[in-house]
Amino acid sequence: MNFTDIHTLMPEIVMAVLALAVLLSELVIRRKETVGLLAIVSVAVTAYFIPTSFGTVFNGMFISDGYSVFFKFIFFTCLILTVLISSRYLEIERSSHGEYYALLMFATLGMMLMASAGDLIVLYLGLELMALSLYVLTGFIRHEYRSNEASLKYFLLGAFSSAILLYGIMMIYAQTGTTDINTISSVLTEKKATVSLLLSVIFLLVAFSFKIALAPFHMWTPDVYEGAPTSITAFMSVGPKAAGFAVLGRVFLVGLYPLQINWIPLLIGLSILTMAVGNILAIQQRSVKRMLAYSSIAHAGYAVIGIIAGGNEGVSAMMNYLLIYMFMNIGAFSILILMRSEDFLGESLDDFKGLAKTHPLTAGLMLLFMFSLTGIPPTAGFIGKFYLFKAAVGAGYTWLAIVTVIFSAISAYFYLRVVIYMYMHEPEGEAVSLSGSPSLGLALLISALLVLFIGIYPSPFISFARIVTG
Amino acid sequence: MIPLHWYLWLGSIVFCIGIFGFLAKRNIIIMFLSIELMLNGVNISLVALSHYMQDLRGEILVFFIIAVAAAEAAIGLAIVVSLFRNRTSPHVDEIRELKG
Amino acid sequence: MNYYLLIPFLPLAAFLINILLGRKLFRHQAHWPSTLAVLGSLVVSVLVLIDVLNGQTLNRDLYSWIISGKFRVSVGFLIDQLTAVMLIVVTSVSFLVHVYSIGYMHDDPGYYRFYSYLSLFTFSMLMLVMSNNFLQLYFGWEAVGLCSYLLIGFWYQKKSASDAGKKAFIVNRFGDFGFGLGVILIFLTLGTLHYSPVFETIGTLSEKTVSIFGLEMNIITIIALLLFCGAVGKSAQLPLHVWLPDAMEGPTPVSALIHAATMVTAGVFLVARANPIFSLSPTAMSVVAVVGGLTALFAATIALVQNDIKRVIAYSTVSQLGYMFLACGVGAYGAGIFHLYTHAYFKALLFLCAGSVMHAMGGELDCQKMGGLRKYMPVTYWTMLIASLSISGIPGLAGFFSKDEILFRAYAAGGVGKFVWLLGTIAALLTAFYSFRLIFLTFHGEFRGTEEQKHHLHESPKAMTIPLLLLAIGAVGAGWVGIPPLLGGGEHFAEYIAPVVGHPAGEATHAEEWMTMGLSVLVGLAGILTAWIFYLRKREIPVRLAEKFQPIYRVLWNKYYFDELYDFIIVRPSLFVARNIIMGFTDGAIIEGIVNGVPAFIGWLGSHVRKVQSGLLQHYATFMALGLFLLIAIVMIVTGV
Repeated sequence: MNFTDIHTLMPEIVMAVLALAVLLSELVIRRKETVGLLAIVSVAVTAYFIPTSFGTVFNGMFISDGYSVFFKFIFFTCLILTVLISSRYLEIERSSHGEYYALLMFATLGMMLMASAGDLIVLYLGLELMALSLYVLTGFIRHEYRSNEASLKYFLLGAFSSAILLYGIMMIYAQTGTTDINTISSVLTEKKATVSLLLSVIFLLVAFSFKIALAPFHMWTPDVYEGAPTSITAFMSVGPKAAGFAVLGRVFLVGLYPLQINWIPLLIGLSILTMAVGNILAIQQRSVKRMLAYSSIAHAGYAVIGIIAGGNEGVSAMMNYLLIYMFMNIGAFSILILMRSEDFLGESLDDFKGLAKTHPLTAGLMLLFMFSLTGIPPTAGFIGKFYLFKAAVGAGYTWLAIVTVIFSAISAYFYLRVVIYMYMHEPEGEAVSLSGSPSLGLALLISALLVLFIGIYPSPFISFARIVTG
Repeated sequence: MIPLHWYLWLGSIVFCIGIFGFLAKRNIIIMFLSIELMLNGVNISLVALSHYMQDLRGEILVFFIIAVAAAEAAIGLAIVVSLFRNRTSPHVDEIRELKG
Repeated sequence: MNYYLLIPFLPLAAFLINILLGRKLFRHQAHWPSTLAVLGSLVVSVLVLIDVLNGQTLNRDLYSWIISGKFRVSVGFLIDQLTAVMLIVVTSVSFLVHVYSIGYMHDDPGYYRFYSYLSLFTFSMLMLVMSNNFLQLYFGWEAVGLCSYLLIGFWYQKKSASDAGKKAFIVNRFGDFGFGLGVILIFLTLGTLHYSPVFETIGTLSEKTVSIFGLEMNIITIIALLLFCGAVGKSAQLPLHVWLPDAMEGPTPVSALIHAATMVTAGVFLVARANPIFSLSPTAMSVVAVVGGLTALFAATIALVQNDIKRVIAYSTVSQLGYMFLACGVGAYGAGIFHLYTHAYFKALLFLCAGSVMHAMGGELDCQKMGGLRKYMPVTYWTMLIASLSISGIPGLAGFFSKDEILFRAYAAGGVGKFVWLLGTIAALLTAFYSFRLIFLTFHGEFRGTEEQKHHLHESPKAMTIPLLLLAIGAVGAGWVGIPPLLGGGEHFAEYIAPVVGHPAGEATHAEEWMTMGLSVLVGLAGILTAWIFYLRKREIPVRLAEKFQPIYRVLWNKYYFDELYDFIIVRPSLFVARNIIMGFTDGAIIEGIVNGVPAFIGWLGSHVRKVQSGLLQHYATFMALGLFLLIAIVMIVTGV
């Protein structure tokens, strides 16, 4: 390491500096929208340093490669969309404080570190930076009890899972003498799969499963997603989850690759259990927000298939799925935010009754996102699922692909139920008044366009993901 | 000299006590302290390993863990305080509005 | 030649604009985006035609949607002689119908909706004809079916309209099922769905046979017959013709565009497009020719006795489509497409004239209650007369050249061709008769409607009559591009289309050609004369005939009892099975158990699993710990420690 290598770290350094700057700017800037705008500009500035950042520094502790850059692209987009949907919403919730944006940026910085981590220590630090910011963001509506409760649950269980992660790291360290992911891999190739080695794999698996909400380590998710501010729910269900997948992919497909035959059955079991729990419980929900929380659990179950299939195909399918999931999910949450007004929660299924009559455009967008989440062509959701199935079949897990198809068929029930409520029911009571804002509209436009665009013209995204993993 | 696995056993016992405390206790503060116990179990093991392997990584990680734990404590207490503003009970049993 | 992309995408843009903004922004101006867009498409189509005439063709994938090994789903365009003709037909008729609808639909509350559907239909139809692979063709096929369903049921408040929409949809399912199977079979045997590789390699299958119910069948024959299934459904051929007459419940401009000029001809287009497949299977060719010939005659007989003017024209459409299939079946694809092209103009004209009459008569459809309208609506009268002369095959008009070409080619082909030639010639007699029966009953004689209707009689507005006049030009002159050498023409159309469909087989002498031509003209004149005698001179003859041949009259009046037959053999048994067997099983809880049980089980499971999500932090942590220990236990057991 010398200072000529600094360019590799520049995005993270810039992000950290700008996040601090945004935190301070909150003291002098009265209009909170301006702070949000600063956050978006910061992302743009950070992104500017990405193309020159490729390389490995600190003896492999920090890696900037195609894989990490793809994930950073997801994080940046997720951050921008979240900022866009937040400003008006925070005013409605009477929680418009500037540090919100700085915390989002710190969380994003943590995610960037996770994606680039070449060493379990860096991974742990990134993960904690992300998690600590999220605990605060979850409880950001301080006067709202549900927000407090969600925050507390998230915090305690998150800390619990961190401890499990650390125990796993310690065990790996004990047996390989290192925390460097590449070195772990080369040490493990020469070792036999002993029980204690497998134990450490399980501890890591459990900790990561917590982060990406695989059953049975998912139980925090519905409560936290429901209690958190909706904008943060949208953020959490996409960015941090993608970061979780980034580290899962890096640690398991690189570091623990030699033990693949041992952890793949476990991951398959978790994946199926997750799909089952997510889809079956989503049917039970009357709150659309909570339904989306369960749906995000189910989608994690689908995306894990990419890691199970492994290889270039599997990983790129998983990455694409996360990218596509970002647009459709943030889109769906944006509609929820649009429905929220001062004295109206707009989260219940009943609130969507007859929306097509009163607000056809909003209903049309929700229809698009629901179709995409179900995986109906020609939306992006179909493309995402198609390539996952293809990777699974290609890797010899045809039966797993079939199981997934069955669960997605079940998922149609609760996604399309929203559509039925919007289109087949008559409006009840007084018409829902939407709380739109230009920035929210922009976020919706971006999400809807990309859901359609990727659905109709997926090749650039597919090949992008293939190139960066290949 | 004390063999390595003594330390490792100690670490894992402390870790397990932490897990047990977390699962069994109802008081938020005690639960949080149990997590600290788990972290310290890891720390003991890491320091011992580091020493025996003559490798610095473990000790570096321990420093980070301690630092992060401190930040975590700050945030955890802040969350508890804001929760108490709305409802004054330290017992998690009563914090169950979000469910289903 | 890249501007060809404008052809489908202009209507698509108009559709999006109208469906999104139409209700608020345009209201009664909603025709502007759609009409301008289709006009643009028409202009570009003409440019494309000029390019094609200069020998430029194009076959290009615009982009690939999904690439997965051998399986490639792409949107691509093939522009050759066949496509160019179809483009002209679709865009020109569509444009005129758009203009006509400005007058016809002007005070309909769903005005913007109507125009957005029309644009969507035009887009789908153009995608269908411009496709360069079977999958996109199938997509367009289903999309035009959907638009047809939406437009037939456009006045969905009217029960008969929404029923007719459903009927069209369900009957088409039968045909489309076969079509879908055919497409899948092509992919399974040849591994691709693009036209050019399919047509190049289809010959390699000629030795392959499969046995179905003990019957050895050539695989090409199976593919061709499956594809033809789809064509039978979409083009309303026997025995799936039942939906088209009912489809007349839709607005009349829709009948003209979709159920006369464009969508229903998609089946003929499919057969012509897939001619390399059909030509390899003599069996399939014979089936196509016989189905076409029988339909041509059969539908014409029904049209003889119907009184609803739109239904008469609808049966006439079924009959004329039969002619096109007849031509394809004897290998004269060029003649089939030629008839498709001339038919589009005179049949759209007939429908629009009928619409104009309905407009004047306040929605009245029964021609027995009309009469003498010539005085009140001269433009409608003269244009409809031209269209009827054209369809009757009067020399010089468009219908003459194309119908004559078909009959001659059928005769020249010999074998099955001679048989279908006979059917076609008889049908030509009937065609002339029922067409002029309609003219005489509607426009001649005394007015037989109510006083109030008489008071309201008026010529339609300019927006409606101008399209009529323009279509009349087509009904007269469209055939002049295909004048046979015998009459001093150059048979330009056949030469033009030959690169796609080849030259028809069969030889015939000049004498035979004179004979077929003379005969078809003669029967046409005879039909007109008979109608004149029956309906203007001696009006008692048809009544007496109907009484004398009561059974035959009944059969024709009831359209050979096809609806009743289907009701008896399909609808009722399905309902019976549904009511008695399936419902009957509910006590046994077998079907119920599966149909309701699975969701109920999932619901039951969910409501229990849900309790685990108790909201208690300790429970969550316990489950995490349990999960951890469970994983450890599994590993311990498996590794045997």
